[in-house]
Amino acid sequence: MGMLAAFTGVIRRDLRLSLRHRGDLAMALLFFVIVVCLFPLGTRPEAGLLARYAPAILWVAALLSTLLTLERLFRSDFEDGSLEQMLLSPYPTPWLMLAKLLAHWLSTGLLLVLAAPILALILGLPAKVIPILLLSLLLGTPILSLIGAIGMALTVGLPRGGMLLALLVLPLYAPVLIFGANSVSAAVDGLPVQGPMLLLAAMLVLALTLAPFAIAAALRVSVE
Amino acid sequence: MSPISPSFSAQSLTCHRGGRTLFRQLSFDLAAGSLLEVVGPNGSGKTTLLRILSGLRTPDEGRVLWGNQPIAEAEDDFSENLSFIGVQSGLKRELTPIENLAFSLSLARTSRLTPEQALQALRLCPFADIPCQRLSTGQNRRVALARLLMLGSPLWILDEPLTGLDTDSRIDFERAMFAHAEQGGIVVLTTHHPITDPQSALRRLELV
Repeated sequence: MGMLAAFTGVIRRDLRLSLRHRGDLAMALLFFVIVVCLFPLGTRPEAGLLARYAPAILWVAALLSTLLTLERLFRSDFEDGSLEQMLLSPYPTPWLMLAKLLAHWLSTGLLLVLAAPILALILGLPAKVIPILLLSLLLGTPILSLIGAIGMALTVGLPRGGMLLALLVLPLYAPVLIFGANSVSAAVDGLPVQGPMLLLAAMLVLALTLAPFAIAAALRVSVE
Repeated sequence: MSPISPSFSAQSLTCHRGGRTLFRQLSFDLAAGSLLEVVGPNGSGKTTLLRILSGLRTPDEGRVLWGNQPIAEAEDDFSENLSFIGVQSGLKRELTPIENLAFSLSLARTSRLTPEQALQALRLCPFADIPCQRLSTGQNRRVALARLLMLGSPLWILDEPLTGLDTDSRIDFERAMFAHAEQGGIVVLTTHHPITDPQSALRRLELV
């Protein structure tokens, strides 16, 4: 029963809950796959066209399916009162929320990252840039979870916050999309990818340090 | 139990909600060993008062003191000593009682019983490994009460703890509450049916 036990306690609980809702995990992943697969159906079968847009397609699909998983993050905890219990714990709320987000990313973002290479090949992205795609998603998807969680924390008290959440969060996802997709496009063109990659990493550090505090503050307002 | 004898007080609390004043200038002082029963009709602000007392909500005026410190400033020291059960029990439906209690334990700094002992005290052992969603409302309520016994925090703030309990569990729980007060704890609770009072430690606060 220390800081670390509280952290691992939250992770263990949330991963266990995810495992008992395996259907939800599969759905986010399936959504990602379907959105990506719709693009080839909607474009002309011109050589190289899809490959050129593949980074943007993959990134937008990852972004949308992350958005779908946010609801799970706080909604049920809010409804059954366990969120109150976490807020009243003697351990710092931002610390517990960081644990929650890590568990959330492990059960959503990480799955997207793992599915991305296959989808990238379907879209015709050159195999040599796949490591870059993976790295950009590894850096970027946690940012999506962290930013999305702030929006979710703000809207969890509203009866139908879904649409508002999308309007709130999607504009904030823009920088992640720009640097994430651009790093992959740059790799396709054989340009250096260090710049956008470092910027993504910097955004991740920023989100990791600030988002938990914003989430904790937003949740306090929401439970009032 | 914390070595210093606790004291819990409210100083001129005022709360407005939806253009209505729920209560104004509400003050009380609870020393170690006291029980406060908050009664009143639906919508009289019982739940709101309890949320203010637990620090989940800030009062429009006034303050709540733990020892001599406002709870907003004593945050850690206060939450370490508080067990709160809201209208919702704070249990995960998908998890078993034992998993729920183990999680509560990891969020606490101190405890008095192990999860197993706490379940035993409320005769919940046969249900320890059944997901809470397959237990009855009353059984879920008892799991939440088992959490109280497990943590053994000095201050209990309970919103309708007796709802859904059968007569036996109700008597058990009232006994546990009075025992807690006798050992120097403080209990604040709301009820619909006034509880039977075997001792004079019980005070009643009526909201209108």
